[in-house]
Formats: sequence, C-alpha cells, structure tokens
Amino acid sequence: MHIVVCVKQVPDTRIIKVNPKTNTLDRRGIPAILNPFDSHAVEAGVRLKEKYGGSVSVVSMGPPNAVKMIRKCVEIGADEGYLISDRFFAGADTLATSYALYKAFEKMLEEKPVDIIICGKQTIDGDTGQVGPGIARRLDIPPITNVIEIKEVDEKARKVIVKRKLEDGYEMIESSMPCLLTVEKDINPVSYSPLPNMIRAARYEPTIWKVDDLNDVDKKQLGLKGSPTIVAKMFAPPKLEGGKKIEGNAEQQSREIVSLLLEKPELFEKKRGGA
Amino acid sequence: MPEKFDVIVVGAGPSGTSCAYKCAKAGLKVLQIERGEYPGSKNVMGGVLYRKQMEAVIPEFWKDAPVERAIVEQRAWMLDKNSMVTTSVKNNDWEKEPCNNYTILRAKFDQWFANKAVEAGSLLINETVVLECIVEDGKVVGVRTDRPDGDVYADVVVLADGVNSLLAKKLGYHNELKPEEVALTVMEVLNLPKNVINDRFNVTDNQGVTIELFGDATKGNLGTAFIYTNKESLNLGVGTTLSSMIKAKMKPYELIEYVKNHPMVRPFIEGAESAEYLAHLIPEGGFYSMPKLYGNGVLLVGDAAQMVNGIHREGSNMAMASGTLAAETIIAAKEKGDYSEETLSSYKTAILDSFIGQDLKKYKDANHTFEEQPQYFKDYIPMINRAASSFLTVDGTSKRDKQKEAIKTFTKEKGTFTVVKDLYRAWKVMK
Repeated sequence: MHIVVCVKQVPDTRIIKVNPKTNTLDRRGIPAILNPFDSHAVEAGVRLKEKYGGSVSVVSMGPPNAVKMIRKCVEIGADEGYLISDRFFAGADTLATSYALYKAFEKMLEEKPVDIIICGKQTIDGDTGQVGPGIARRLDIPPITNVIEIKEVDEKARKVIVKRKLEDGYEMIESSMPCLLTVEKDINPVSYSPLPNMIRAARYEPTIWKVDDLNDVDKKQLGLKGSPTIVAKMFAPPKLEGGKKIEGNAEQQSREIVSLLLEKPELFEKKRGGA
Repeated sequence: MPEKFDVIVVGAGPSGTSCAYKCAKAGLKVLQIERGEYPGSKNVMGGVLYRKQMEAVIPEFWKDAPVERAIVEQRAWMLDKNSMVTTSVKNNDWEKEPCNNYTILRAKFDQWFANKAVEAGSLLINETVVLECIVEDGKVVGVRTDRPDGDVYADVVVLADGVNSLLAKKLGYHNELKPEEVALTVMEVLNLPKNVINDRFNVTDNQGVTIELFGDATKGNLGTAFIYTNKESLNLGVGTTLSSMIKAKMKPYELIEYVKNHPMVRPFIEGAESAEYLAHLIPEGGFYSMPKLYGNGVLLVGDAAQMVNGIHREGSNMAMASGTLAAETIIAAKEKGDYSEETLSSYKTAILDSFIGQDLKKYKDANHTFEEQPQYFKDYIPMINRAASSFLTVDGTSKRDKQKEAIKTFTKEKGTFTVVKDLYRAWKVMK
C-alpha cells in the first residue's frame, strides 16, 4: 500500500506577531516548522504502514528550505519526500496550490499507484482546510474530512472505514480506495521518533521538482497568477471583552447558565445551520 | 544492529562543533547529537567571540558568519553606588579585518557553525538527549539516547555536553560541582535601534564595545556584570560564583534588576525592550577543577572539561581550541587504528602545552583567593572611587595635600601593612 501525506512548512504562529501599524505578519526571526496538523497526518500514515505494510511518501510545495521540514517527516517515519519548489508556485492561494500538488501527484503516479492520501485538517497559517479537498476533486477521488480514526483498510476489496468528528457527533463511513482523508489532531499523538529514523532523516535528500519537471502544466493556474483570492484587509482580531465566570456547585452553575440564556431570547431565534 | 560511527560528539556548542567539523573534514564518519531544538537554542554566553581560535577552525569565517560588531573598545568600570572609576582601551585597527574579537548572538551563531560541520559531512541530530555512555570492558563504545532504539556506537565519544557534564559525572570523571566552582550568570538581550547604540557608545555601525563592571555591580561580591553591543541590541548580564550568591542571599533576577537600575548603567539601556532572558552556569573553578580529560574511547572538551578563564572572561575560544585538539588526537588515533586510553592521552599533553593549560595554570589560584578575600571587590573598589573622587573635587585644598588625602583613604581604613599585603597577594595570583 502506498500512502501519500501532503505537508506544509508554516511559520510558527505560536510566536508570530501582527505589526499593529501595517497589519501584516511580522515574520522576522520566526522559525519555520512542519504544520502541526500535518505531523499528526504523517504519523497516521506511518501507523497505517506499520499495520498493513507498504510505504509512506510526503509531498509538499514550498521554498527550497522546506527540505528541513521534509526531513522532520522522515524522522516521524516517512520513507520518501517530494518537494515541488519553483518561483512559479509563489504567492499561490488554495486553488493554485491544489492545482500544483495535483500535478505533483500525476508525476508520482507515473512511478507507483497511490492508495490513500492523508492531509492535516488545515494549516495554522491559512486555516482554510481547502487544499486537501481541492486535490481530491482534481484527482476525482472521494475526500473525507475531519477523520479521527481509520478503523479498517481492506486492500483487496479496495475499501476503507473511517470515523469522522462532526459538530454534533460522530460518523462512521465506508469509502472506496483510493481516497483522500483530512485528519484531526485527535487521530493519534505523534510518537517520539526512534534514533535510526533521526539518523536517516539527517542524511535524507528529498526529490525536488521544478515546474518544468512536471507534465503539461498550465502556468496560468500557478502561483499568484492562478490565485483568484483577494486579500482585502488584514487585521488582528480584537480581544474579546466581558465574559463571566460562573461559580458554585454544579446545580447552582447550571441554574445560573439557564437564567442567563433566558435573558437573551435572540440566541434562539436564528435557524440552526446558519453558520 | 545499530549503526557505528568513527566519532560521536555529544553537544553542539563551540567545542563540540569544532571537533565535529575538523573530524568530518578529515573524512571521518561523525555523528553530532544536540539536546536543544537546534544548536544554540540552549547555549548562553556574554557574547564575545575570539577571532583567532575561530579562524583556526574556519578560515575567514567573518565573511559569512552571523557576527554582530567588531569590538574596538574594551571598557572596565569599577563601580561604587553613585560613582565609578573606569579604564578603556580603544583601537580602531581592531575593526580592520581580521578583527580582534566580535560580539555574537549564540542562538544565531551556533546554528551557523553547526551547519558548517554538516556541510563538511557530519550528521547532526537535534532534540535528542544522551543519557549515558555505553561502556563495554572498560571502554566507551557508544552512547545511549532517550529515543526508542536509542543506542549508537562509535570508536570514540567526545563529551561536549557543557558545564554540568552529566556524562562525565556518570563515568566518574568528575564530582558534583561545588558552589565556588561555578558562576551563575543571568543575561538579558535588550533591543535598541542601531543609531541609538552608536550614539550612546560612541561607535559606528560595525564597531562594538564591551564593558566589564566590577564592584557594586555584584554588590561587592566576586563576579562581574557586562554590557556588550550587538547590531541592534545589547547583551547585559551579571554573574557571581554560586557560593557568593548563597552567602549574600542574592537572587540572580534581583541582581540583574539592580544592575539595570544602577545610575551608571540606566542611561545606556534607557528605552530598551527586553527580548530574551537567559541564565547559565559557567565553570570558574579553573585549573584545579579540570576533570580527567580522556579515557578509553572518550575525550572531554570545552565547558565539560571546565575550560574557562574566569579572569579574562574567555571560554568559547578555549572550547574551540580544545575541540580542535581533540579532533587532531582522534584523527591520529584513527590512523593508528587505536583508541585506547594510552593513545588518547596525547590530548591531555596537547591541552597542557596550549594556551588553555598555560592560562589556567597562571590563574589557578586567582578565583580561590578572591573568593576567600572579599576585600578586593567589597572594600578596595569603593576606596578607589572615594580616593579618585576626592582627588578631583576642587575645593581649595592644595594638590599635595590632596595626594596625601587620597593615599590616606587606603592606609587609614586598612593600615599600610594590610594594603601592601593585599597588593602583593593580588600580584601573586595574577602574575
């Protein structure tokens, strides 16, 4: 079985600041890391490999220094890494990114088939969660989002059973293979990598493809040119004010919550599913 | 079967990286293991990089290393509560390449340096803690890390794991450090605009200044404070021996606040924004604290070998030089195919013959003497301040009488005999 995980190098947003004057991200000295959701995705791939056999590849679009992040994936247990890196890809939104990665998948498929694609739920810099489903649409395979458990993979019957986390519960679904899963952090913790993986990663050189290494690329669909998204405004969200801490025993607390909610009838007027 | 290397270097500070770099350059198979997220993430120093020993590892390093400013002026302040007597040596030739010394920020510099070793062919692994050396038949044959399947083997292991070398302790090479053998230093990186630094320190963009502060900076205890200029920040720190901190019941964070608020210091850091806060132990025991430097399949370098000259605040240069000497020993051992204690003993000879051994021997009694005789920092510095201040206060007294008055400041309080004795003692340990 060949599992491919899509990963991205992101600025460590835990320490990033917004410049209050220009409203842009102050990236000075902010280290680049493997998107935390993606590390769980790589781990999920590695666990599938351990259970069912096969291999795990990672693929990413990013600057040349994203090689370091690919090595991080090898530490977690990925076997191979592919990086598409070219100035033509720069400034891409989710539409253009999914197109570029789709082209990378086409190239990978020349070498061997892909059975399962795993993506992190979203990145911590863009927070959109659109690239994974975008790739699935382009490859014409089913996208399954918010996966928290891969119950079963039946390679012979070409089927997977996964558990999804929804806002109001869980869903167990069966899908054909190949398919694309986007996973939540809950799917599995990331293990402390064994030493041989660390040594292998320190030596590892990923395959790097430039735009001309890919087949039949429509350059108009790449990078800034291929990105219809317009950033109208950037601002740091205002700090939430007010709030109230409810204290007392369980009964007192629930009483108070109910009475507070009853004071706000407007909360119950909107129909469910609006947002 | 776990992999085997020629050399495993534990730690990616200046000593470990110098050793890894030299060994890798010579074609040896090197693995360097660092516990921090990246080299430099856990390392602290005031910030003076000595050009000579760095150049011996990487010629013309300044052309691409992240150095901050070339040091053209070294000031020393003898501080009292509201006065100071200062000396300064400034030489603009020190700015011409090759410069004398540079200020650096370790988080940046160590990463750059470790990457040079990687380019030379050394393998670097971060975020991995070495728990102990693997010893078989009295010989160190590898290390055990905290990772699953964490054993890895080598012909020789270099311990560059810093001042508190747990690995050397586990091998029984040195005992638990005593409070008088280590200094506890706290430091802040204070951001200031480049032009403000240039104005306040009277320098141009690439010129740097170091200031060492004695006396009231440590409230009269054995130790120093320092202010070093980076491109767009200052490193301000203070440290005393751990024993002094304990004795004087000083808390390090209170001491650094005291220094920052000292009337002689405050104008230099006015308006600065604190960007980092760091603390570290510095081995100050000198010659007598040096542990066993070599064993069967193992060598100790840098802080792990307690190689710091506290009097001249030199440490990183000794670290690099010791790492280089260790590498030379290992390369010769590799040629012989023999990593026994006997072959590796040439490392100790090389250390003792080098400036490391010479300087540590020269000052072998200095720290102990000053620790036991607190009057130098506690009494003499305020006396020098009073004498100089009274000499220069114009109040109608004749200059001849002023001289007498100044000399009396010392003899009256201490007695002529004590002053002469103290001078002799100081000369003896520093000569």
